[in-house]
Amino acid sequence: MTAATMNAFDWKRAMGAAVAAVVALGGLWLVFAIYSAGQPMLALGALALIASGLYVYLSRAALAWRYLFPGVIGMLLFVAFPLAYTMWIGFTNYSSTHLLSQARVKAYLLEQTVPDEEHSLEFTLHPDGDGLRLVLAPYEAASGAQRFVSPPLKLKGDKAETATMSALPADTALAPALSTRDVLTHRDALAALKLAMPDQRVLVYTGVHEFGPSAAVWRANADDSLTRLDDNKTYVPNNAEGFYIAADGDRLQPGYKVAVGFANYARMLADKEFRGPFLSIFVWTVVFAALSVALSLGVGCTLAVLLNWEALRFRTLYRTLLFLPYAVPGFISILVFKGLFNQNFGEINGILDAVFGIKPAWFADPLLARTMMVVVNTWLGYPYFLVLCTGLLKAIPVDLYEASAIAGARPLTNFFKITAPLIVKPLSPLIISAFAFNFNNFVLVSLLTNGRPDFLNTKIPAGTTDILVSYTYRIAFLDSGQNFGLAAAISTVIFFLVALLSFANLRVAARNARKG
Amino acid sequence: MAIVTGKNQRWRVLGAHALLVALLVVTLFPLAAVISISLRPGNFANGSLIPREISLEHWKLALGFDVTTADGVVVHPPFPVLLWLWNSIKVATIASALIVAISTTAAYAFARLKFAFKMPILNSMLLLQMFPPVLALVAIYAIFETIGNYVPALGLETHGGLIVAYLGGVATHVWTIRGYFETIPVEIEECAKVDGASHFQAFFRVLLPMAVPILMVVFVLAFVGTIIEYPVASILLREESNLTLAVGSKYYLADQKYLWGDFAAAAVLSGLPITVVFLAAQRWIVSGLTAGGVKE
Repeated sequence: MTAATMNAFDWKRAMGAAVAAVVALGGLWLVFAIYSAGQPMLALGALALIASGLYVYLSRAALAWRYLFPGVIGMLLFVAFPLAYTMWIGFTNYSSTHLLSQARVKAYLLEQTVPDEEHSLEFTLHPDGDGLRLVLAPYEAASGAQRFVSPPLKLKGDKAETATMSALPADTALAPALSTRDVLTHRDALAALKLAMPDQRVLVYTGVHEFGPSAAVWRANADDSLTRLDDNKTYVPNNAEGFYIAADGDRLQPGYKVAVGFANYARMLADKEFRGPFLSIFVWTVVFAALSVALSLGVGCTLAVLLNWEALRFRTLYRTLLFLPYAVPGFISILVFKGLFNQNFGEINGILDAVFGIKPAWFADPLLARTMMVVVNTWLGYPYFLVLCTGLLKAIPVDLYEASAIAGARPLTNFFKITAPLIVKPLSPLIISAFAFNFNNFVLVSLLTNGRPDFLNTKIPAGTTDILVSYTYRIAFLDSGQNFGLAAAISTVIFFLVALLSFANLRVAARNARKG
Repeated sequence: MAIVTGKNQRWRVLGAHALLVALLVVTLFPLAAVISISLRPGNFANGSLIPREISLEHWKLALGFDVTTADGVVVHPPFPVLLWLWNSIKVATIASALIVAISTTAAYAFARLKFAFKMPILNSMLLLQMFPPVLALVAIYAIFETIGNYVPALGLETHGGLIVAYLGGVATHVWTIRGYFETIPVEIEECAKVDGASHFQAFFRVLLPMAVPILMVVFVLAFVGTIIEYPVASILLREESNLTLAVGSKYYLADQKYLWGDFAAAAVLSGLPITVVFLAAQRWIVSGLTAGGVKE
């Protein structure tokens, strides 16, 4: 090695060391911030991530992992972890009424205060040098009442500040008080200001003209329970329900997050009001996926066979144009259909009205809405099978058809005796994955019908065109109570169904590979 | 093909053409209709496929210009379509570039290096990819909410967070690139190493330049995949100015504010470039299809 390359090498090493040091310091700072925010598990995870990253890029032993690390970490963090975390959420009562952990809920409650208006004092602001002195006096004070005064204050910004008040001798001369409008310009600073009184009380800003003591609402007891000070009612944490509950059964809002075991799953099976719509959505999901695949496959393969026929002209043109639905982004074509099917303004009803004099309510009638869903999905899906089948047909030896022509076979016989048996096998894993895809075809439902029309008389809104994933989305994020736990439990059920389908897929593919 | 043709061959050909033309009409009708609607005046107009009166009002609104109607009312663009398009392109470009970088390095390890549990790791990555992110939306939302508490630039309502969320889906790309690397003879890199190149130099200076075609293919695939992604973007982004096209477009057809004509113009405007990219990349996408990918 020459001296020049030696130098370049050292320079690189120094750079590497500097970067590693910066990453390590930044990482430690982040871990500390997370830890001090009361999330020890999360801090531990971040620490492990940063430490493994540093190890991989600094140690000579982990050469392959230098290349693997980003990809594997990406998959672990954003694919594997969300799956595992979803399963865990499925065993909790995480929802809009149970958002926080118990510790956070307790801290939130203990921070609650009420202004004690009976003991409020009126304040005025008096310029003194380049600051302001705050003077407190009882309301409608007689001239002899005891007043209190602060040192000159800057009253800028909204940083929390404590001023020590002292008794104001009765005969002190003060500059004239500021007008209410001028006082209001200092509102942010006043709101952040705390006044320490000579008698140890701390007063806070309670109104435009007043400072007053604030009283805590809750007192924490040694046994983790909380007592409300104004009526001495004690609430005990109930970790089965995730609420602080009083002796008379009163539940304190907000509740907190607890593990509830199989309660969400039990609800799917045992809760009659929930089970009804859940089961019909499940059945519709299967029917929808099966119909979509069957129709797309039927149309796509028929077209592929037809376009494989050499007697036909313009085949490339047909193929290109028929491929178009696949090239248009799904979110646009689905919305286009949503508009075209509109009952009053849509083009489809315009044509139906002109020809047959009917205007079907595509979005209000469950059966019509489901029909529309399958039609649109077939439009979206058949080019996929057209392309697949075209590829597979090319692989069939021509002499098979020549032999069948000599035997005098008709086209249909050709299709069912030669073509179909030869393409079914390579197609089957793809059919399974297309089924799995449509089983979870959230985008179509979400953009076309959003699950509507809804079932009548259900406690949690559920739609007749909802499929399982869109239903979980509704439960988690839309109108059905933000029940993350229940949504995650249903998602977990779908995981197992998808895993089953993937397993079937792999088995079929492996069998095909073995038989050649 | 030397097949004897029967008498009714001509009728069959004609029948096939009729069937194909009928299907073409059904297939192309929605696309033609949306172009026609974008040129019709008004948001509720019914009419023939070839508009009798051409109006550019929807196009002006889609491009962000105000429109003054005949009775003097100034109509503002209902949604910032160009901003959404820009958001989409920005997120998709950055995410795809990062996806290419991550998958290429991982693919290099799988194709060229020896390490423990190589195939189990690759297989479990591919297996994980079979679970679509839409199943874990609750967890993804919670994760980015938490991340946002400590690293605000990657939290909810940020494009950084969305880009990071897209970086998990690399397994199929790793598989594709690895397959391509394995077709390149390893001897070339070995020669480079004999000449004193480090591992990384052999990878970066020797192997990568030979793999540029597949990198471009993966970039385009990732670009199309992320620009049309809807579920994750729809939970991470809520504010109007932050939305991507895939999330924003649906607001045109809200029940209470139905802007059919404006939607049509915006759809053509934003859908056309994506469609053109898709058609240009068609050959590669189709070869990827047979490997088991399904369109979203």
